[in-house]
Amino acid sequence: MPYRHVVGPQSYVFADLRELMAKATPLRSGDMLAGIAAASAEENVAARMCLAEVPLSAFLTEALVPYERDEVTRLIIDTHDAAAFRPVSHMNVGDFRDFLLSAAATSEALSALAPGITPEMAAAVSKLMRNQDLIAVARKCRVVTKFRNTIGLPGTMAVRLQPNHPTDDPAGITASILDGLLYGCGDAVIGINPASDSIPVLSELLKLTDGIIQRFDIPTQACVLTHVTTSTEVINRGVPVDLVFQSIAGTETANASFGISLATLKEGREAALSLKRGTLGDNVMYFETGQGSALSANAHHGVDQQTLEARAYAVARPFKPLLVNTVVGFIGPEYLYDGKQIIRAGLEDHFVGKLMGVPLGCDVCYTNHAEADQDDMDTLMTVLGAAGVTYIMGIPGSDDVMLNYQSTSFHDQLYLREVLGLKRAPEFEVWLQTMGITGPDGRLKIQHGNHPLLAAAAGLAA
Amino acid sequence: MSEKDLPADYVIEDAWQKLAGVTPARIALGRAGTGLPTREVLRFALAHAQARDAVHTPFDSAHTAQEIAALGFETVEIASAAPARDAYLRRPDLGRRLSDESRALLREKANGPVDLAIVVADGLSSTAIHAQAVPFLAEFKARIAEAGWRVGPVAVASQARVALGDEVGELMQALAVVVLIGERPGLSSPDSLGLYLTFAPRAGRSDAERNCISNVRGEGLSHAHAAFKLAWLLKEALARRLTGVSLKDESDLLLVEGRPPPVWIG
Repeated sequence: MPYRHVVGPQSYVFADLRELMAKATPLRSGDMLAGIAAASAEENVAARMCLAEVPLSAFLTEALVPYERDEVTRLIIDTHDAAAFRPVSHMNVGDFRDFLLSAAATSEALSALAPGITPEMAAAVSKLMRNQDLIAVARKCRVVTKFRNTIGLPGTMAVRLQPNHPTDDPAGITASILDGLLYGCGDAVIGINPASDSIPVLSELLKLTDGIIQRFDIPTQACVLTHVTTSTEVINRGVPVDLVFQSIAGTETANASFGISLATLKEGREAALSLKRGTLGDNVMYFETGQGSALSANAHHGVDQQTLEARAYAVARPFKPLLVNTVVGFIGPEYLYDGKQIIRAGLEDHFVGKLMGVPLGCDVCYTNHAEADQDDMDTLMTVLGAAGVTYIMGIPGSDDVMLNYQSTSFHDQLYLREVLGLKRAPEFEVWLQTMGITGPDGRLKIQHGNHPLLAAAAGLAA
Repeated sequence: MSEKDLPADYVIEDAWQKLAGVTPARIALGRAGTGLPTREVLRFALAHAQARDAVHTPFDSAHTAQEIAALGFETVEIASAAPARDAYLRRPDLGRRLSDESRALLREKANGPVDLAIVVADGLSSTAIHAQAVPFLAEFKARIAEAGWRVGPVAVASQARVALGDEVGELMQALAVVVLIGERPGLSSPDSLGLYLTFAPRAGRSDAERNCISNVRGEGLSHAHAAFKLAWLLKEALARRLTGVSLKDESDLLLVEGRPPPVWIG
């Protein structure tokens, strides 16, 4: 169905909802690369004005990616919760934005609404929102998950300790883990991106992280970020696996390019659940996403990259993940060109995920061929902290020596806690104090060489 | 506050600095309040500046071609359809296609069927090509002689992505193409070279149909070792008539599994 909007003498026509959504998206290089971005600044705003008048219910009848050809669309439509949707079912997209910002949209109301919100509805309303709107509404959303600790409580922010090493060297990885723990990081997960995909190497890393967690009784979980089918295989061999990881995207064909389907994810989750390793809860999945992944797999169906990213959260949602993060600046400048586009995308992704009830964190990051630097990352992590981001990454000195990109550091999370008063997951906060790493105020204590963590590592640098 | 009340140093050093010797990661940096000490902020800024320069320093294609010619290779300078760096970064599709002039030039220069076409491509780091391409080719030349492979003129390509090699290999009627390309620079590796080998190159090949040897640089994989690996892969590729996911670099596997066990956690 075509959509029309008139601005003065100019009449804009959008062939369908898919084209309207693409043209209404704040400008980014990925949509330009796909040839679907608005041709002028005025067309962009005309599309937003037109989108504001589209009823939310239109997204339930006009699929952006065909139902017959895509299992993600079928998942979204077939599992839509009509009862949860009812309170907003009469609204158009513009009214929905006003509602979300109003006092009527309390944390409780937003939690009840989440199962009724499709990714396309969330993406649509985000296109009408300014950055401050994305922050204000996301801050009201509550998504709490549990494995060995409690993540997502109001006033908290967790950190993934990311101790990568270019050759998966166990001593090198251990050194980075100790550095991170002594800086108070690791409550979201101790998560390693391995350089290798060989099962013996992955098993060794899983035993290493499990050994550290057991030995010091740390209320956290570990993950080695490898393909879901590899994790399933490792579980079958009796290796300790806490969380099963997978990169996911918003279309069936993009997921196929990752070698997965919804069925593969279900198998991975069942394998992890069978181990019963969570002490507080059974959120056993860890997903990563990022705008542009479907386009880079040539699997975008002419849909804008932000809407496809929202659909990736719909893929995540039924698997009750502990953590989901958008690796926002990793993909490169052909999708998000500069600091401004990366900051906008990070806020959109976080808002959309939270509105849909997904525990969204953000890898606040950039590559060296993007027009961005540490100042942009400082801005993004600060606004995400204000928005109530579930977790961020903690990487030694911001420099990932395996993946060759820059993210947030152990120091950065200390800065955020200091300026925004953010606490850690409560169980982890208690552990840090028991270990003498932090004081009662959550601040780091000065360490000496005799700390138990360091004493245990005495042989490491011998 | 009088001067004598001030601490001698505002930086809190970490007590585990000796651990920094076991990883290239930036650990035990110390802190000033919750922030990085000045020396670390500046050290990081320098590394980022070097990585940025690696992306944006213009590729000296003429000089590179001269040096390669001095090794005894024929050379030809070509360019992708991306007119400049900004277009190259925004439009990866342009970097994968030859310019019309370069296509015509390659048709003229191609000297009949060859076993291997060699492309030297700036990619995302001209710094890497300036530093690594010539010493690597010096090592690989010996492997070519040893195996008796016929090679086409070395194509020195500006504003190029890996897939540009597919069209070059096709025009040269090559059984396989290897693309030496500047890898996306990291802070600790602004000058890292990647080698991509593709059997039966033609436009439209997917990345799953290639084999990659990564991290060729002084602190990474040595030129001699990389040349050995590439020759091993090329022999296998020509014998089995394929590259990609079904061709595993088995010398890698040996390296990984031969590593000593972890040092602690008993």
